[in-house]
Amino acid sequence: MASAAELDAPVNPTDAFRKEARDWLAANFPPELKGKDNAMSAIDGPTELSPAEAQWKKAVGEKGWGVPAWPAQYGGGGLGKAEVRVLQEEMARIGAWNPIGGMGVMMFGPTLLEYGTEAQKQEHIPPIARGEIRWCQGYSEPGAGSDLASLQMFAEDKGDHYLVNGQKTWTSGGQWADKCFALVRTDKTRKHEGISFLLIDMTSPGVEVKPIRLISGSSPFCETFFTNVSVPKGNLVGREGEGWTIGKRLLQHERSSLSGGGSAARMFAGKPMGALAREYRGTDEAGRVNDSDLRMRIVRHEMDSRAFALTLRRAALESRSNQGPSAATSIMKNVGARITQDRAELSIEIMGMNGLGWEGEGFSEDELNQTRTWLWGKAVSIYGGSSEIQNNVIAKRILGMLDHQ
Amino acid sequence: MAVLNEEQTMLRDMAREWADNEAPVSAFRKVRNAAPTEGYDTAAWAEMGQMGWAGIVVPEEFGGSAFGYLSLGMVLEQLGRNLTASPLASTAAAAAAIALGGSDTAKAEWLPKIAVGEVVATVAVDEGPNHDPAKIATSVSDGLLTGTKEFVAEGDSAQLFVVAAVDGLYLVSGDTGVTRSTRKMADFRSHAQVTFDGAKAEKLGGPDLTAKVIDLATAALSAEMLGMAEQAFSVTNDYLKTRVQFGQALSTFQALQHRMAKMFTELELMRSAVEGALEAIDAGRSDTDQAVSLAKAIASDALHLVSREMVQLHGGIGMTDEHDAGFYLKRAYVLETMWGNAAFHRERFARLNGY
Repeated sequence: MASAAELDAPVNPTDAFRKEARDWLAANFPPELKGKDNAMSAIDGPTELSPAEAQWKKAVGEKGWGVPAWPAQYGGGGLGKAEVRVLQEEMARIGAWNPIGGMGVMMFGPTLLEYGTEAQKQEHIPPIARGEIRWCQGYSEPGAGSDLASLQMFAEDKGDHYLVNGQKTWTSGGQWADKCFALVRTDKTRKHEGISFLLIDMTSPGVEVKPIRLISGSSPFCETFFTNVSVPKGNLVGREGEGWTIGKRLLQHERSSLSGGGSAARMFAGKPMGALAREYRGTDEAGRVNDSDLRMRIVRHEMDSRAFALTLRRAALESRSNQGPSAATSIMKNVGARITQDRAELSIEIMGMNGLGWEGEGFSEDELNQTRTWLWGKAVSIYGGSSEIQNNVIAKRILGMLDHQ
Repeated sequence: MAVLNEEQTMLRDMAREWADNEAPVSAFRKVRNAAPTEGYDTAAWAEMGQMGWAGIVVPEEFGGSAFGYLSLGMVLEQLGRNLTASPLASTAAAAAAIALGGSDTAKAEWLPKIAVGEVVATVAVDEGPNHDPAKIATSVSDGLLTGTKEFVAEGDSAQLFVVAAVDGLYLVSGDTGVTRSTRKMADFRSHAQVTFDGAKAEKLGGPDLTAKVIDLATAALSAEMLGMAEQAFSVTNDYLKTRVQFGQALSTFQALQHRMAKMFTELELMRSAVEGALEAIDAGRSDTDQAVSLAKAIASDALHLVSREMVQLHGGIGMTDEHDAGFYLKRAYVLETMWGNAAFHRERFARLNGY
């Protein structure tokens, strides 16, 4: 029985939820999966789930806690901001991780919740929330990368359906995707206003996918060809010609997820650079890392990482207090990319030849991973708006600098 | 901008308004031209005293407001934006040394006077041209302090010296045995060599206190640097929008846009690092030393970048004494050097992290 003091204590609404989350996690998270989240899974493609992983994914999917803030009526968790934070804290506390992810969660879902019809939301959101459907993004084309509005893939109005012809490229995970959200041209006479947002079933006749092998040896991207693909009119999101607006909104979701806390958390996982350097390079008689030039570059990197972590924290605190979104968010992608790349290059420099192994004998798994991580990391300053595009955004949107006339 | 409480918001807004209206860069130019010994406008300092800024880190029982270091930093940031000359940073650091020190009589005697701006105080540590607290020769025997301190900020006007000796921090409040010799420097502020020859000294604490007070002074300085960098950047950005070359405003050139975006990025990281150090001090965190070295190294690099770009992007006009850019550049270099430059703090950060 509760004591009088306990009965008198003020009730914090999140305390009750904390207990609920804690109990549910204790009952459903298989302890053997603690800390076993695979950060590279999005890049390496689907792997076969162990029974424990499958069970965990099913439980989270049914609960809606993979997308905790999405409305419960579409299979989301229906939680408020404070509760989402509590859930994340409770998961971090026991080393649990979110098994529901991908582009459907990060980008497409939030956009469809904003712009989709009721029927579209009912059809597409619940399978995303359960992690059953993989989505890919049909934005870039061979001649339309950073200048996305130059895209040419054409959707011709055939009365009850569109007939789609053209090519997309850099389609992340295209070979594994069930569906594609694409920007297509529905009007050749107008640039931005001639673009529409269309949902395409990847199993439709006329869709062909060719993986692109990257310098890292992996093939996370594809060239995707569309030849006389028939797409029902009901798959148009928003109005015809509204695709540019919707597509840009989706990119905002993409950027916030690319620059969010997740990548920062991974940055600090594993060994600190200083420890790695002591191990591979040894120390001098004063206990300092051998090679003073390398040592100082490691310090610069560590300080950069620390300042970035403080900036992520500051931006989160600022946006939570009613100051509105912090201007600091605009620098996140570029700084995150620079730190990721610096870290990889420094690691290789520390490891020497052992950091450049490709496969086979003579290298530890960590060392082989390092090579892959380094090469894959070259993409982070190119995808999702290159560093140059990010700088344009800062210059124009934040600093009010002007376009060249 | 850190998340501020109501008191801090009011304090920041008041400091900003006052500095913009009462102590803009043109006021500093007048001080520079008039060249008073103390290196600042004494009337402006009196107003700062009335507003209670010197008491921001002084406990309430001694007449201060005890608003803390983030609050002090915000005021120094606003002064830094306008290059407002004042002994606030030095005086606050000395006040902190007394408040944290072990002498109740010193607290009772000096803190109330400091809190209202009646007394200018400073912290004297270095004995050479580079910050090096490991090389202190000043010593105390029978309560008498002997040693020579170089480049003491506000050394020309301070009535009270907090002095680092081999075995800790001392307070020197009298004139006997104290000789000042002005060092005229690029930033036109007060820096003096101060020689103590058997000056009467009262002990405040041991080497731990010295280290702590140096960190507080360094963090406060970083806040001034933040304001300077912010303003140097903002003035440059405004200039690029008005200056026309090849029939285009300079701000339309992508090469310049990307340089500005890079500076903006570094400024955001600088703000996080500086506010992070001030918050670490206020929270009494055990890794405050690391946070301070992070702040000073990042602040030095960022201010260095922005102040040199300010001159470069202004072109010829930036080279003239008539323009403010030179004031920012010269003060920037002095502050980069004071309390340890970026290289010093990177070395210290590496040591604190064990590699």
